[in-house]
Amino acid sequence: MEIPGYLPREQLQALLERLQQQGYRCVGPRVREGAMVYDDINHADQLAVGYTQTQEPGHYRLKAGSTVRQFAWANGPQALKPLTFAPREELWCAQEQPDGSLKFHPAATDYEPVAVIGVRACDLAALRLQEQHFLDSCADPQFAVRRRSLFLIAVNCTHPAQTCFCASTGDGPEVDQDCDLSLYETDEGFFVSAVSPAGQQLALTLPLEHGDAELFKQACAEVTRAGEAQVRRVPAKNLRDSLFAQLDHPRWKEVAERCLSCGNCTQVCPTCFCHSETSVPSVDGHQTTHQRQWDSCFSPGHSYIHGITLRKETEQRYRQWLTHKFGSWHDQYGRSGCVGCGRCISWCPVGIDPTEELDVICTDVTGRPE
Amino acid sequence: MKAFPEKPTVAVHKFSSCDGCQLAFLNMGADLVTLTQRVEILHFLEAGLDNPNTPVDIAFVEGSLSTADEIERARRVRSASRYVVSIGACATAGGLQALRNLDNSHDQWRDAIYANPQFIETLQHARPIASEIRVDYELWGCPINSRQLLAAINALLFGVPPIDDHDKVCLECKRQQQVCVMVTQDKPCLGPVTRTGCGALCPTFGRDCYGCYGPADNPNTASLSRRFQGLGLLPDAIARRFLMINSGAPAFHDAGLIARSGGNQDD
Ligand code: SF4
Ligand code: SF4
Ligand code: SF4
Ligand code: SF4
Repeated sequence: MEIPGYLPREQLQALLERLQQQGYRCVGPRVREGAMVYDDINHADQLAVGYTQTQEPGHYRLKAGSTVRQFAWANGPQALKPLTFAPREELWCAQEQPDGSLKFHPAATDYEPVAVIGVRACDLAALRLQEQHFLDSCADPQFAVRRRSLFLIAVNCTHPAQTCFCASTGDGPEVDQDCDLSLYETDEGFFVSAVSPAGQQLALTLPLEHGDAELFKQACAEVTRAGEAQVRRVPAKNLRDSLFAQLDHPRWKEVAERCLSCGNCTQVCPTCFCHSETSVPSVDGHQTTHQRQWDSCFSPGHSYIHGITLRKETEQRYRQWLTHKFGSWHDQYGRSGCVGCGRCISWCPVGIDPTEELDVICTDVTGRPE
Repeated sequence: MKAFPEKPTVAVHKFSSCDGCQLAFLNMGADLVTLTQRVEILHFLEAGLDNPNTPVDIAFVEGSLSTADEIERARRVRSASRYVVSIGACATAGGLQALRNLDNSHDQWRDAIYANPQFIETLQHARPIASEIRVDYELWGCPINSRQLLAAINALLFGVPPIDDHDKVCLECKRQQQVCVMVTQDKPCLGPVTRTGCGALCPTFGRDCYGCYGPADNPNTASLSRRFQGLGLLPDAIARRFLMINSGAPAFHDAGLIARSGGNQDD
């Protein structure tokens, strides 16, 4: 096994400096309002240090001072999604001309390069799914340019939350591809593997030390154990047929009694791509900006056509979310739409857990998984 | 919708209210001047225009119906206006004044509060404008903001009904990338049952939504009440969450009364 180079923790600033020299805005984990969020980092000192976390259904708490590490937590409410698929953005604007005709302008698509440090394997998997949606059949110009502007520094997960189940979806906790650099954190520093050509170039400029084989083995074993420690799981198989065979299952009604139809699960889900569009006219009435914003199958507009909302009831909306994410996503993109990040469980205000719902809905009366 | 004349006329009427929603006009600043190139404001006391009975194309109505005289006035507004748009919690759901509807002790409160109650001629119950006259469109909020108001005016001028955005505050809270105060701090946030429109203002400042935009589409107040119970709120505290600014809106009214009776809605 080739041992990656080693970057002592106090040299993390060198990594940031190289990125800044190359014109990247650096974004990394910082603590805001009690959660780990991605925010601008000008200096390595600004990265959160020493935090661990507790995540349970409808519950998220950070704990300070319990480790020397910087990445001893699983994830926060955001993934990479807001960086590539903006929560709200302008698509085009139309201007009325003096002769009464209209002139259309596409929104500007020049974005600054952004380097993200602390990306998780589940979030990279989610980014691949978003790429399928936003780039494959018809490229979304906004998404395309933002995706190209990203430099991704992943950190292998050593501290999964109670809500994580990426091992069962096959999307983590090891980082294998689709990033630029992949880091293994130890108490004193990081093993740095270059994954992409851009990552290789950058790694050459870092003050990397010779990596100790035994220490690297331990670091890898920590990540393997992180996968084994996960307590939640979804069946590895395609659930499409089991789900669509159960459209009348009484559980839909039961979950709807708890579900607030608030859409938080879809908003934090790193693969959900639904959006609505709206026109915002100027005060003088001569110009209108066309915006899109994140939407959700839990909102009435999602199934609104010609004067009626097709999915009025929460029962139907919850069913849409689960059957799309774990069912028809297979038809659309060749796999399930879930990467096991667990965000929908933690950030659901009433703690509804899709892995539990799937267990009940996809298990036949004899108790055997279908 | 029928087209408006070249320069549609507008009135802003005030009923029982704090005047805060009318500020959504004045807060526009320079934009208000631009707007007056497209509409002619004929009545707006707070801006010094006093023509309450002049017929207009669009009448904005702030405030609840709290006195017998206001009921008469609301009828006059209706007959003089092509469109009536209620603005704010008072006009749309009765507002804070509707708190007096909850315990049917209007007279006792009046006599206890005022030195000379004989001069006070208020109705037993404060009611929304739509309880008396037909209201074409409603803008929720306490207070409403200029963005909402402008969107409604623009829609009407372009000949389309204003968008009735009744999604939940949570959706906007996440778009704004705010950290959920319920999940991280156990604060009893009403965002999951409250109509969007404020830009998730309270969660932006780290506090829990108190429902000033009224009930959203499909509000599951029963589940949220149970959640509040789980957070340790006593029945009376849960009731107070719902019975505040929009106590007159049926979804909040019912949830509040159920909580106050000590039960949760399943019982
Ligand atoms: S469905 Fe839930 S666990 Fe799966 S990717 Fe989405 S938020 Fe993560
Ligand atoms: S339909 Fe629902 S589950 Fe599917 S992508 Fe849209 S928001 Fe997500
Ligand atoms: S499952 Fe939870 S987060 Fe999703 S809509 Fe229902 S209550 Fe909201
Ligand atoms: S803070 Fe309130 S509004 Fe925001 S997501 Fe949480 S429950 Fe919803």
